[in-house]
Amino acid sequence: MSSGSHHITNNLSGEILRHTEVPVVKCYQCGKCTAGCPVAEDMDYPPSLLLRMLQTGEADLEDKVLRSLSIWLCLSCEMCVSRCPMEIDIPKMMDFLRYTSLKEGKTNPKAKNIIRFHRAFLDSINYTGRLYEVGLIADYKMRSLNMTQDVAIAPKMFMRGKLGLIPEIIKERGKMGEIFNKTLKRKGKQL
Amino acid sequence: MSKIGVFVCHCGENISATVDCEKVAETISKLPGVALSMDYKYMCSDPGQTIIKEAIKEHNLDGVVVAACSPRMHEPTFRKACAEGGLNQYLCEMANIREHCSWVHPRENSTTEKAIDIVRTMVEKVKRNAPLESIKVPVTKKAMVIGGGVAGIQAALDIANAGHKVVMIERDPSIGGHMSQLSETFPTLDCSQCILTPRMVEVAQHPNITLISYAEVESLEGFIGNFKVKVRKKSKSLDEKLCTGCGLCTTKCPNKKIPNEFERGLGFRPAIYVPFPQAVPNKPVIDKKNCTYYTKGKCRICEKVCPTGAIRFDQPDEIVDIEVGAIVLCTGFDVKKPDFFPEYGYGKYKDVIDGLQFERLASASGPTQGVIRRPSDGEIPKKVVFIACAGSRDPAKGIEYCSKICCMYTAKHAMLYKHKVHEGTPYVFYMDIRAGGKMYEEFVRRAIVEDETQYIRGRVSTVYEKNGKLIVKGVDTLMNGRLVEIEADLVVLATAGVANDGAEDLAQKLHVSYDSYKFFAEAHPKLKPVETNTAGIFLAGACQAPKDIPESVAAASGAAVKVCGLFANNELTREPLIAIVNREAPPLYSNCVGCFMCQTVCPYQAIEREEVKDRSGKVIKTLAYINPGLCQGCGTCVALCRSKSIDLLGYTNDQVYTEVMALLND
Amino acid sequence: MKLGFYPGCSLKGGSPEYRISTFNVAEKFGVELVEIPDWNCCGATAAHNMDKELSLSLPGRILALAEAAGLNEIVVPCAACYSRLTVTNHELAEDTQLRENISTIIGMKYEGNVKILNIIQFLDKYVLPHVEEKVVKKFNHDVACYYGCLLVRPHNILKFDREENPQTMDNVITKIGGNPIDWAFKTECCGAGLSVSRTDLVGKLSGKLMIDALDRGAEAIIVACPMCHSNLDMRRSAINKYMNRESEIPVIYITQAVGLAIGLSEKEVGFQYHMVKVKLKEKPITENLVVKKVVQTEPTEEK
Repeated sequence: MSSGSHHITNNLSGEILRHTEVPVVKCYQCGKCTAGCPVAEDMDYPPSLLLRMLQTGEADLEDKVLRSLSIWLCLSCEMCVSRCPMEIDIPKMMDFLRYTSLKEGKTNPKAKNIIRFHRAFLDSINYTGRLYEVGLIADYKMRSLNMTQDVAIAPKMFMRGKLGLIPEIIKERGKMGEIFNKTLKRKGKQL
Repeated sequence: MSKIGVFVCHCGENISATVDCEKVAETISKLPGVALSMDYKYMCSDPGQTIIKEAIKEHNLDGVVVAACSPRMHEPTFRKACAEGGLNQYLCEMANIREHCSWVHPRENSTTEKAIDIVRTMVEKVKRNAPLESIKVPVTKKAMVIGGGVAGIQAALDIANAGHKVVMIERDPSIGGHMSQLSETFPTLDCSQCILTPRMVEVAQHPNITLISYAEVESLEGFIGNFKVKVRKKSKSLDEKLCTGCGLCTTKCPNKKIPNEFERGLGFRPAIYVPFPQAVPNKPVIDKKNCTYYTKGKCRICEKVCPTGAIRFDQPDEIVDIEVGAIVLCTGFDVKKPDFFPEYGYGKYKDVIDGLQFERLASASGPTQGVIRRPSDGEIPKKVVFIACAGSRDPAKGIEYCSKICCMYTAKHAMLYKHKVHEGTPYVFYMDIRAGGKMYEEFVRRAIVEDETQYIRGRVSTVYEKNGKLIVKGVDTLMNGRLVEIEADLVVLATAGVANDGAEDLAQKLHVSYDSYKFFAEAHPKLKPVETNTAGIFLAGACQAPKDIPESVAAASGAAVKVCGLFANNELTREPLIAIVNREAPPLYSNCVGCFMCQTVCPYQAIEREEVKDRSGKVIKTLAYINPGLCQGCGTCVALCRSKSIDLLGYTNDQVYTEVMALLND
Repeated sequence: MKLGFYPGCSLKGGSPEYRISTFNVAEKFGVELVEIPDWNCCGATAAHNMDKELSLSLPGRILALAEAAGLNEIVVPCAACYSRLTVTNHELAEDTQLRENISTIIGMKYEGNVKILNIIQFLDKYVLPHVEEKVVKKFNHDVACYYGCLLVRPHNILKFDREENPQTMDNVITKIGGNPIDWAFKTECCGAGLSVSRTDLVGKLSGKLMIDALDRGAEAIIVACPMCHSNLDMRRSAINKYMNRESEIPVIYITQAVGLAIGLSEKEVGFQYHMVKVKLKEKPITENLVVKKVVQTEPTEEK
């Protein structure tokens, strides 16, 4: 990947530039991203502040970024980049920060359930190729130990025909396993 | 046999650090035709120049080569010295052994060898130089000022007061420009029209100034000192000599609902109108696109009520030819309208307005008589949000630059609002505050400290309307990104300053360069801010880039003095390094076959067709003729001519081939 | 007219109403939707939040399957699946090295010949030109057209309609006799994939947009994404909790609205599957019923 004429630095912004072509240095801290972000109020560091922390290049601030709740609350709704005057692709950057946070084991404790849900979802697909909602919910409850959540709604959903009891398994199910082993589960990692 | 004098400069150490100047001088002295060859530390200094002058006399030199820096640095210096020493200045050339040699190579033998080669080729060329005389061109001592805003007015008055004639062309019915739309100006809060209208009247009454309003430039021909401009006087449907400016027609016109351009759409005007009460000239024009008579053939009430019978419905546009010696471009700028912003409503919210519209609200002669009212319902707003940098500094919207004046006028607007609505609260969402002029920073501080304007550092993501209020969703980045949501009654966008409508067309008509934003290009961004690359055409004001009134006025005076400097001579001297088509004795007349390919490619329209006639007037041949006043010596026609009939004086084919052969034959 | 069809997990599972209304409407307009054989889940939010190559491989396989089956134009009703497929299509087209990597992982080649349409692009192309003549029962209601995040963003990849105040769904509603109201949350996120892990946030985000729709007199919210539908419909109790009031406003897919207008029954468009019952008031027909001003608080009855 080319990075244009930007000088690639040795810190996290440099990594971001190298892997995603997102130039953190271009941000002039106008705050328009934060002003339009639907979950900014609930984040520990809103998007414009995250970018400033990355711009400083300081190790303790970079660490805070990777350990933030913000990166897991980000909904990838794309509102920030659609209004950013510098067209900085924050959603793409957020994805990269998530991967890095996982890799370095720095995920925010408050994001546990969010990550568990993602893992449960992917686990279901790994197994059948298509989402099996009942399996997903069961898996999630096991991971999050939250037995009561959505219990009230389940019967209603079943009555409305929204909860299929039998999973749909695709023919090339083995393919799913292969794909997962070559990507998320590379080097024998568990989901 | 030639007697060339060669002077090798050390240029302090710039050349002598890597080139052995003594060796160069010594080697060159052995060439046939070189009468004198020496080296010296600083040729461009006074003593250095004196050496050249004395050498010319002493050795009876017929050519001089100064081996030194680039001719772009000192060619004029040495040519002047030679002229003073009694040698035709075009017999003096420079051999560039600095930029082309000493500065780009290390100290070694081959560097000195290269310097010797360079000097040798120049010596061979100069042997073939011919003495040339500068071309003299007459100057029409009349200036044209295009644009009647504050810059144009200043330039016109300065030139007129210096004793020269000026023609001012303005495309709107009145002069005054955007400054006449402002209510008060920063940093003094002077009433804008109060300081401008006396100047406008002065322009109208000045014996040296001819004001042509409601007119545009149609085409331009000619060159510096000798421009021929065709101006289209758009038909006002009025006999100006009969019109007294009483204004009765404007009150009786039944078609009163045309959006008023002067009020930026906040008010209406009739079809026959004077743009504003203090207009100069204070005579109406008929808006043909909206007038009932012109569109439907009915009405003519204005004609009936006019006491002097001045209305002329069948008056055509008139094209006039004007000869001028210099042109000053003062066509100004415009600001983006709210419809440019998708996130602020695409222009559909009546209460989201731009800065100029706010000026009209604040202005005593505006649509609300100076009371700040919401355009939607006429109520006085209690909360006004000003959004700075709306469109400027925004690559995503295609405008990278800063529009310079908005920080100042936003502070001004906040102050004007607070002065008029004591219980109101102004908010300003900003990124930076650019207040670099004299008394500017103090002015902004006044808005914040004395007039309680809430400055919030952050941009606004979106504005939408709900229940008659405007919801503004912004952020305070100085509070680590805390969200700020304001229910505003009025939102004012400080929109980007952009090139005026039609700037590109005008630039192309005048052959003036412009940038990708359609702002006119100055000849040099630092050292020639009021000149263009087209000789004789000058620039002033916001047509070059967004700027405030003091800068526009200063630029206008600067351009005016350039014009006066031009007019200080009765004749202009031009360098004779131009192309000429050869002429021979009859019956050949010339090698030119009359194909006129040269005419098609000449970038300066300098080539004409000359008819060679016999005694009875019959045309024998049509030959190409190059106008010495227009030709810039670019050489395109010389290279193109298939019959080799064109040569470039000072760089003749012979001279150039000789240089090449001298390089090849060691 | 045969088009490829990617239902995605939601149309198979939690949104049967979207599936049957889309099929039934398509049939009436002469379009046969052919399901991509052996399609897999696109990975949705989970994949691209957890691993880049996984997030490209899953959609990559789907596109390769479509291409292999000769389905060069596919309809993807779920906006999230559509976003994943389109972004993958774009990234694989831009970066040959990446395309090779993904090809190796999925064990299939993809040449980039599949055109992807979301439901509003599908309606714009195949339904809008003929819908007016097929309308038998005007959909005479004031509705808030809710586009959500992923139907029109990011514009430089999707290149359809516009990011601010988009109009395609509004045009469809107008053509079937309805009145699309002007409101402020057309493209604000409903809470997306946090439906299970942070239901409180879904309550807040969906609640905010519902307040605006209700305040402006919407009788229904029209959606084109099963995630949005689920958040606004199934998660209604979380929304009501945030708004601190009960709400009965139904959430209807655009295909269901079109279906009703062209004469399909409520059963044929799948209203029976909704969590919040769909009860639309019949209004007397008056021509040119266009709401221009913003209405105060409660939905009004008559104009």
